[in-house]
Amino acid sequence: MKQFKNLLTVRRDNTISYGIVILAFLVIQGMIASGNISSSLKGQLVPICAYIVMAVSLNLTVGILGELSLGHAGFMSVGAFTGIVVSTSLAAAIPSAPLRLAVSMVIGGLFAGLAGVIVGIPVLRLKGDYLAIVTLAFGEIIKNIINVLYIGLDENGLHFSILQQSFTLAEGGRMIINGPMGVSGVEKISSFTSGFVLILVTLFIILNLVHSRTGRAVMSVRDNKIAAESIGISVTRCKLLAFVISAVFAGMAGTLYAMNFSTVTASKFDFNTSILILVFVVLGGLGNIWGSIIAAALLTVLPELLRSMNDYRMLIYAILLIVMMIFNNSGARKRLLEWRSARCAARNEKKEGA
Amino acid sequence: MTFLSHLINGVSLGSVYAIIALGYTMVYGIAKMLNFAHGDVIMVGAYISFCTTSYLGLSPFVSVLFSIFVCTVLGIVIERLAYKPLRQAPSLAVLITAIGVSYFLQNAALLIWGSSPKTFTSVVGNWSVRLFDGQLVISGVAIVTILACIIIMLCLTLFINRTKMGTAMRAVSEDKAAAGLMGINVNTTISMTFAIGSGLAAIAGILMCSAYPTLMPTTGSMPGIKAFTAAVFGGIGSIPGAMLGGILLGLIEIFSKAYISTQLSDAIVFAVLIVVLIVKPDGLLGKHVSEKV
Repeated sequence: MKQFKNLLTVRRDNTISYGIVILAFLVIQGMIASGNISSSLKGQLVPICAYIVMAVSLNLTVGILGELSLGHAGFMSVGAFTGIVVSTSLAAAIPSAPLRLAVSMVIGGLFAGLAGVIVGIPVLRLKGDYLAIVTLAFGEIIKNIINVLYIGLDENGLHFSILQQSFTLAEGGRMIINGPMGVSGVEKISSFTSGFVLILVTLFIILNLVHSRTGRAVMSVRDNKIAAESIGISVTRCKLLAFVISAVFAGMAGTLYAMNFSTVTASKFDFNTSILILVFVVLGGLGNIWGSIIAAALLTVLPELLRSMNDYRMLIYAILLIVMMIFNNSGARKRLLEWRSARCAARNEKKEGA
Repeated sequence: MTFLSHLINGVSLGSVYAIIALGYTMVYGIAKMLNFAHGDVIMVGAYISFCTTSYLGLSPFVSVLFSIFVCTVLGIVIERLAYKPLRQAPSLAVLITAIGVSYFLQNAALLIWGSSPKTFTSVVGNWSVRLFDGQLVISGVAIVTILACIIIMLCLTLFINRTKMGTAMRAVSEDKAAAGLMGINVNTTISMTFAIGSGLAAIAGILMCSAYPTLMPTTGSMPGIKAFTAAVFGGIGSIPGAMLGGILLGLIEIFSKAYISTQLSDAIVFAVLIVVLIVKPDGLLGKHVSEKV
């Protein structure tokens, strides 16, 4: 009976959470419809959705699996550029923009997942900070390679070359990725609604994964690798699974993000982007999916809100970051939590007394 | 001859990486934290030297000393304000704080010095040595950098192994609690480590900008990441490892730029790092710590 109740609470918990996301979506849609939203915030909506998906997926690696990754933007990059190539190639075949976006996202996600497998197999053998530095290295390598990649499209199909453009396109063909210049003239097919749908799909899959048998196995690997191994959990399999799923969603977020801008370069997905996402995850709380969502949304909007401070806004952002980290780990927060739990206990006692 | 000149350039660039990596590795060894703000201390050091020579007209030697002094103080202040409250916190929290400090330094520099790049005047001057009838030209900066690196390495090794403070550092890096019980002032030791690391960062910044004279608020970040890679390459926490890692990294970078591809040189550097870590998961000279249940 107790077990059954537990299961129900978890499920109810999740429905409430989905409800909150849907509510937030409706409120923002209402604000757009009634024109109560500033244009700069409106332009941020799709990036916010992409960052939320990035943060949730990175939380799977850092929070649930417990391995620090500093190259998450690399997978975003793979997804972004794959998505652009797919969507440009299919422009004639699939005229419907949302469907084309969905197909690009799925293929972008698959390629990012493939990159995840290639990176994950050697990387996940390492531990702690060494693993972190290798993910950083992979992120930089991916950025570097995309920077020298030339892809063109004409009637004969796709042409690839590396380092320099060594193919000539037939009449009417066009370059898709132009080396360090990146991509320009992307058809902007991302929309807030598509971002919202991606968030819901990500949440559904990742929350269900976390609450499944596999999810518990992944968490046991995080808490004690040797103990997990000794009860028959395949550590490598668990690690790789979580890492690749995380990469797939990063890729999908990358496609969503790229399709919102008309020019995209590989340097957009560098170490700083990886760090930005990591900041969302850590400030939201490791392993706390909802925390990631809130942190990603708030911290993307925060520099916008500070716009009136002009030059000082990034400085204030940095100070806020440091202060929040110190506060989070200081005695003040602990005392606040103790005070709250004491008050709750007192209230419960009162209830029982009555 | 071109090979020889690439070799010297590589060792010179590697020496800069090595000096930065020493700071990373010392802080890691003692505070067990990845100090991502270290790269930005390099940038601050270079800016201070730039200002004192260009605006105040001080001699290069004085400007170097002043810059080392400012960075040393900066290192201690950063440690006291941002990292000390987080001694007991999980390592990720400290990492994010370090990133916050890095953002802070970059944006403060942006406010003070503006975003347009400054042209750094070499503190070494523009002399060079010509060998083999002028076939091989070695710039003065390269010679000074390599010499500085050797001197720093020797002094640091002597300091760590022979002095009381150095012994205290080794003790704290091995076991903070036990070192405290033995009467070592852990806080002073950690401050001292940050001070030395930041002072070295100032030297590295000045030497680097003397060779590559573009100075911007983001100048420090990429060398910072590379030096961090170098520290891991050699085995993080090991001082000879940082030295070896730095020099190898510089050599790989210059040779891949010269013989393979300029655009892909970073990718090659990082690929070599990955291969080394897969073969030797604790770095070249790192200690292997076996897992306990």
